[in-house]
Amino acid sequence: MKTFKIGGVHPNDSKISKDCAIEDFPVLEKAYLSMAQHLGAPAEPIVQKGDKVKVGQLIAKPSGFVSANIHSSVSGTVAAVEPYADLAGNPVMHVIIDVEGDEWEESIDRTPDIVREIKLSKEEIIKKIQECGIVGLGGASFPTHIKLTPPPGKVAEYLLINGAECEPFLTSDYRLMLEQPEQVLIGAKIMMKALDVTKCRFGVEENKPEAIAKLKTYAAQYPEIEIVPLKKKYPQGGEKQLIEALTGRRVPSMGLPIDAGAVVQNCGTALAVYEAVQKNKPLFEGIVTVTGNCSEQQRNFRLRAGTPIINLLDAIGRIPKDAAKVISGGPMMGKAVSNLLAATVKSSSAILMLTEEETKRKPESNCIRCGKCIDACPMGLEPYLLVRYSRNGMYDELEENKIYDCIECGCCLFSCPAYIPLLDHIRASKAEVMKIMRSRPKK
Amino acid sequence: MRKLIVSPSPHIHSVENTQRIMRDVIIALCPSLLVSIYFFGFSAIKLALVGVASCVAVEYVIQKYILKTQVTINDYTAALTGLLLALNLPPSSPGWMILIGSIVAIGVAKMTFGGLGQNIFNPALVGRVFLLVSFPVLMTDWSVPASWFREGVDAATGATPLALIKEGLSNGLTIEQIMAANPEISYVHMLFTKIGGSVGEVSALALILGFVYLLVRRVIKPTIPLSIIGTIFVVSGIFWLANPAQFTDPIFNILTGGVLLGAIFMATDYVTSPMSTTGQIIFGVGIGLLTVLIRYFGAYPEGVSFAILIMNMVVPLLNKYCKPARFGKEVKNGK
Repeated sequence: MKTFKIGGVHPNDSKISKDCAIEDFPVLEKAYLSMAQHLGAPAEPIVQKGDKVKVGQLIAKPSGFVSANIHSSVSGTVAAVEPYADLAGNPVMHVIIDVEGDEWEESIDRTPDIVREIKLSKEEIIKKIQECGIVGLGGASFPTHIKLTPPPGKVAEYLLINGAECEPFLTSDYRLMLEQPEQVLIGAKIMMKALDVTKCRFGVEENKPEAIAKLKTYAAQYPEIEIVPLKKKYPQGGEKQLIEALTGRRVPSMGLPIDAGAVVQNCGTALAVYEAVQKNKPLFEGIVTVTGNCSEQQRNFRLRAGTPIINLLDAIGRIPKDAAKVISGGPMMGKAVSNLLAATVKSSSAILMLTEEETKRKPESNCIRCGKCIDACPMGLEPYLLVRYSRNGMYDELEENKIYDCIECGCCLFSCPAYIPLLDHIRASKAEVMKIMRSRPKK
Repeated sequence: MRKLIVSPSPHIHSVENTQRIMRDVIIALCPSLLVSIYFFGFSAIKLALVGVASCVAVEYVIQKYILKTQVTINDYTAALTGLLLALNLPPSSPGWMILIGSIVAIGVAKMTFGGLGQNIFNPALVGRVFLLVSFPVLMTDWSVPASWFREGVDAATGATPLALIKEGLSNGLTIEQIMAANPEISYVHMLFTKIGGSVGEVSALALILGFVYLLVRRVIKPTIPLSIIGTIFVVSGIFWLANPAQFTDPIFNILTGGVLLGAIFMATDYVTSPMSTTGQIIFGVGIGLLTVLIRYFGAYPEGVSFAILIMNMVVPLLNKYCKPARFGKEVKNGK
């Protein structure tokens, strides 16, 4: 079975919410829509206090090249356009809406019918995706229309769909592939048309046999899409790792996926693209797994963006007593939440609760030079060495040893028997090295 | 509102930790220890106990009273050094000798370099070699002490097979003649229990059992042991084919002396072995080559300890020049 070649780790699967069907999460009294729901510049609000909005109405416009539209996830009256604390407690501009009813824009096709025929042209598809504010739902939230427009001189050969879901606990992509397989495949077809590629590979890890079987059944109608089972290994869903697993090619150091002739999109993004292009529905909701070993209830919700995390946790019966850490995303790369009042965004994938025992780091002890961090690093780096250089501020040596290649997957820290905070050090020095590299005059 | 833990990712950790790894190595040494207790009785128990207790005590005293730092004896590394030292000594070694070995192993080879993870040389081997050059008579006295468990010793010979060969060759005999004069040197004896030697090397099978355990628990990778054993096999094989009267055969070379104990438990010490696979292969090949050369042409009948210590010195260099294969070697410019 296919997988990437260097490094990787095998954390416990913990997919305890895998059998929970997707449920619609109720719309609450207030929605808090962040203007920073994507990678890049925050969007500019175009509504004011007192404005009436409908579900799916455009409320903010991009403010830069890398930026995206934001649409309202609820209907009602704009209560305020003001800074509101995000996951980390930092103030970010939000549009806060008092909810009244659930009135959708008439242009959105809300019927369950599957629209198979792709009528729009290549250019129209990309324009539609841009209008609907689609961003990558695999974690980085990069605006999708930019990814579907390769820079001049670069040609895409493969569209790769990421259904690996290699993070423990997360099951939102799994439920999606199981419950809406055909829509996901049509979404992939649409993106193939936008990219002008004839080859599409859809990677799913072997721990999801039901999803693989289901996708294979439907893929019979779409012969150009190949469903590829992958060996279970983290970080399979990392862009560079997935490209290697599915095509055998390696993205060069400092390069982009397009340098290997590939464009990678998450399966959730494929569904969002389907809904935008075929159903005229902007991206304002998504599947969110609410889970944790300490939680009595495990759920997969279809959740509108702008729902405060605290309300989401209340709905499953309040935070469990022994939950010590709340994470937005998975346990390997997700962000710890310090402000439970913060609202979800359109790319939220999970709210995970871990107990102190599951998450607390043990005190750091001496490096025993076991080399487990080297064996774990999927980029072929030497984390122990990078940390030694970091501790001494040796930035030239860090650059020579390719610290900029680090994808911050966390495999090194996960496997360190001495509990050395490898990634913490590497992350900080990587930012510093990148700053130094950018400040150099270009050749 | 209640307090939440907020820290950067990753938020989970593997079950592994230093203590668990060291405990696994100690467990892997148990088969060999049990076999030697069966053959050497109380003296094996005494050596193991004195070795472990004295190494732990030396580390405790140095950390608590001299360095005044945190005491880390509960990571089991000192205990492991003590056990390895004991298994590398002749069964008749007196208790005071292993005590001196422990002081040198922990005090000199480990703590002066900065403690765990900082030492260049394998502490247990430094202890052993220090004793070997300081007390050459005691360290090559392979007489078998009386055992609680067995009457009438028929188990081990008075000298190690390697020493018998070395002595015979220097008296002008051929390998064939030496073997004929010493029928107890047989592969069956080496595999199971009946060869003379250090406490830990009486049974090759027990050592291999420990090796399998370490592999299953993913404590070590087979790279270093296999490259050492492979090199010894090939190099001694070449000599043996060229002149079987003067040189011992490859299987004999692998099963005797400290090869298995050294290759499985001493050369794989994390701290004193290279980190990358390429480095580990060069390290193993170097140990194998030096072992055979010392055995065939050196003054000592046995060469594993010296070979490992010599290669320990090369480790920083190997770590510097043997980098793991990077992902995507070609660097894209202009970005």
